[in-house]
This record gives sequence, C-alpha cells and structure tokens, in this order.
Amino acid sequence: MKFTILVYENESDFSARTDGVRKDAYWGAYRAYTQALTEAGIMVGGAGLEPPPHATTIRQRNGKRQVQDGPFAETKEQLGGYYVIDVPNLDKALEWAARCPSAASGAVEVRPNLSM
Amino acid sequence: MSYAAAELAARSSYGRLLAYLTAWSRDVTAAEDALGEAFLEAVDTWPRAGVPEKPEAWLLAVARRRLIDVARHAKVEDRASVALRLVMERAEQEASAKTVFPDERLKLLFVCAHPAIDEAARTPLMLQTVLGLDAARIASAFLVAPATMGQRLVRVKAKIRDAGIHFEIPESHELPSRLESVLDAIYAAYGSGWDDVTGADPRRQGLAEEAIWLGRLVTRLLPGEPEAQGLLSLMLHCEARRGARRDAAGAYVPLTRQDVALWSRPMIEEAEALLTVAAEAKQPGRFQLEAAIQSVHARRAVTGSTDWEAIALLYEGLIRLAPTIGAQVGYAAALAEARGAESGLAALGVLAPEVVAGYQPYWALSAHLLNRLGRAGEARQAYVRATGLSEDPAVREFLREGFDTAPESA
Repeated sequence: MKFTILVYENESDFSARTDGVRKDAYWGAYRAYTQALTEAGIMVGGAGLEPPPHATTIRQRNGKRQVQDGPFAETKEQLGGYYVIDVPNLDKALEWAARCPSAASGAVEVRPNLSM
Repeated sequence: MSYAAAELAARSSYGRLLAYLTAWSRDVTAAEDALGEAFLEAVDTWPRAGVPEKPEAWLLAVARRRLIDVARHAKVEDRASVALRLVMERAEQEASAKTVFPDERLKLLFVCAHPAIDEAARTPLMLQTVLGLDAARIASAFLVAPATMGQRLVRVKAKIRDAGIHFEIPESHELPSRLESVLDAIYAAYGSGWDDVTGADPRRQGLAEEAIWLGRLVTRLLPGEPEAQGLLSLMLHCEARRGARRDAAGAYVPLTRQDVALWSRPMIEEAEALLTVAAEAKQPGRFQLEAAIQSVHARRAVTGSTDWEAIALLYEGLIRLAPTIGAQVGYAAALAEARGAESGLAALGVLAPEVVAGYQPYWALSAHLLNRLGRAGEARQAYVRATGLSEDPAVREFLREGFDTAPESA
C-alpha cells in the first residue's frame, strides 16, 4: 500500500539547510533517513523542495488567471518535501514517518495514495 | 504530590468503579457508558447539592441505574435484568456500608490480557479500562492513528462481551502464564527501549508513570508473585535514571557515561528491595533477570565500575527464557565490553537480517563496535543506518558525533 509522507518544515528548518553551523546536522539526518527508507526496500520516490519564497501559485477563476509569488497559504509550517513509500499498512507508515527528522520540529503528515 | 500523581489517584477511583461495574455486567462498553453518565451527573449535581458523603457509592448507584435502563431497553431477558439489579443492589449496599467495595481490578487486568484478546490490543485496553486514558492519548503513545485505535478498542470490547470472557482470577495452574501476559502488557506501556545501547523509544516515555502505577497495583493485589515484583523493580531501576539520560544542553547520554549522582537513590533502593524479596521465592523469571541486569548497572553508583561478565551471563539466561531481539543486542553489547568488540560483533552476526533491518539499537551497536575495530567504511554505513532509524533528535545527534569521529578511511 502506497503512502505519501508530506514533510512540513518551519522557518528555522528551512534556514538550517544553508546555516553554516546547522547544515551538517540537517543534511546528515535527511541523508540517513532517506538511506534507511531505501535500504528497507520501501522507498517509491520523493523530492526535497526549495523553500516557500521559490513558490509560484496559480489560480484560474471565471476565465481569469491569477499568478502570485509565494505558496498557496501563509502558514507557520510549509511543505518542504515528500516521500512516497510502499508499506503493508498505516501503522508501518506512521512508524517510518515518526523517524523523519522534521517530525521533531515541524510536522509530518501521512496520507494513503489513491490507487489510480 | 505532583499533578501526574494526583491525576493517577483520581484514575484509581475510576478504575475501581469500572472494574466493579464490568465484573457484574460483563460488558466493558456498557459499563464505561454508564460510568461516564454517572460522572456527568456528578459534575451537574455536586456543585449544587454538595459532594455526597460516599462519592463512590453515589457514582455506583447512578451507574447501576443507567446499566439497568440500558439492559431493559435492549430487551435483555427479564431474568437476566432482575439478576443484574439484585447484584448491583448488593454492591451498592456493600459500598455504602463499608465505603469500600470489592476491588475487581485484578480480574479486569486478567481479562485485558486474556489469551483470546489480540496481543496488540491488550495494553491499550488496560490503559483505557483500568486507568481511564482516552484513545487519542493511547494512540499517540503507540504511534497509531487515533481513529484506528478507537476502532480496535471497540472491537476488543465487543469480543469480551460476545465471547463471554470470564472475570476471574485464573486457577493456580494457569496463573503463571496468565500473569505473564498481564506483566507483558504493563511492560509494553513502559516501553522496552531502556536497556538498549543507544536507543530509547521516546514515544512511550509518556506512559512510564502509568506503567509503574499499574506495576504497583499488581504487586499489591497479588503479593508474593516474584515476577510482578521483578517487573516493578525493572521499571523503577530504569526510571531512576531518567534525569541522567540527557545532559544540561539536552544531548543524549548513554547509560555507561551517565553521571550516577543524577540517578534517583530512593527509586534504586526500592527496586533493590523488591528484587531481594522476589529472589526469596526462588522462581527466577524474565522480569527478575531483566531487573537483575539493571541492578548490576546500578552498582556502578557504589563501585564505580560495571561488571560486564555478570551482565553477559544474565543476558544468556534471559535469551534462554525469552530470545527477544532486545535481549540479543543487549547480550552482544555486554560481551563486547567484557571480552572485546570482536566477541560482541560475532554475537550480532548470528541475528537474521530481516529481524534487524528496522531495529535501531542493532545498527547503533554495530556502528560503535565496527568503529572500535577500525573498520571505518562499515562503521559509517551502520552509523547512517542507525541515524536514519532514530526517532529522537538527541539520539540522531549523538550518532552523528560518533560518525564524525569515525576515521575517514580504513
């Protein structure tokens, strides 16, 4: 069963990516997590995303197009990346999601993928 | 009394009332609903009319009426409902006459850990019925979706009712195995990450106090059971070190480097006393052995050193009784300290790859031992694996430091 782990990071997490002091811990933890998923044979795919200022949001309303800079919603935590994993059930998915480094600072959301 | 202790005292009353109502109605859900309504009525009535002289008897009487109403409504056979009313009336009389009513929580504990009940549901059921914890809190502790946990609890309660599981203390010939299930369920609430080399399962730490409370309850209700005393001793030994597991900056401190001055002496003393009493029964068991291992660690506060040979020997005994992955990794760690990293690594080598794949302490110990043997490349791989399997940021950071100190090339 496929699940997507949506990784929500706060501003401090995003800045840790390039912070001279904290970046080793940040990337080390994510590399280790990604490797653990891969070695467990459950990794389907995923990607890390550039921070929210790099986002562009598009809406089509009544035939008019609105394009704006930034993410679709201004919230404290923003989508920073996602993993797609293949595990037997939700319990297993939660077990893996809890190990995601951002679970301890931001939030991690787990959703079953629709089968299409 | 801490807030948590006060909360547990209040829960004690809830558990006793629920155990009593369930023992007679044989229906956990109906008893919970009835008791819930009695509490609601109390919240409504007591501030106006004053708290009754015997609050528990009052709650019991209200819950009893409610249970009978429900039974009537469900068109339960007349005779059954009459019988129910009679026993409840007797209960009420007993309750108001002595202000104490029979403590049926031991029977409830045995029902929760009954062999017919799915093992994964036993601890949650115990926490909910005996301690009144809500499903959402239990779900968080066990890392399960709250809706899923709620459904599991509903299903298991229906099973108790429909399968007619008896509310009784098992006969003496089956008591040891039935008690083991009860103790296992309590230990699962405590979490078993403490004897790991670096690992700690943070998700269960929130239930440590509840688990110790349940452990005390069992030793009080079943005095003279050495394994129950062993379990309580084990949990107290581990709990005694809580304050030493992180340094002032919040960094993870492994057991062997903990400052013994930060260990709780009263808890260690209580744990030691329990283990001594348990040993007098001359019926060794898994929990006594685990407590004995922690007791050897605790000796470091007195002697300044750890007798790793003794620990390895105790783990050997433990593996014979219960060959869990935790015991096997603990054995390997003790061997490594007593007889060298090679011995420890050899003990890890016999474990099946599929068993250790997701077990963080295995990788943490492997990394540590490979590093000591100068096998840098393999050590780094194991460090990365252990880090990726950690839930706790402090443990991740600790492993990363180990990783950084591993030599770059072999």
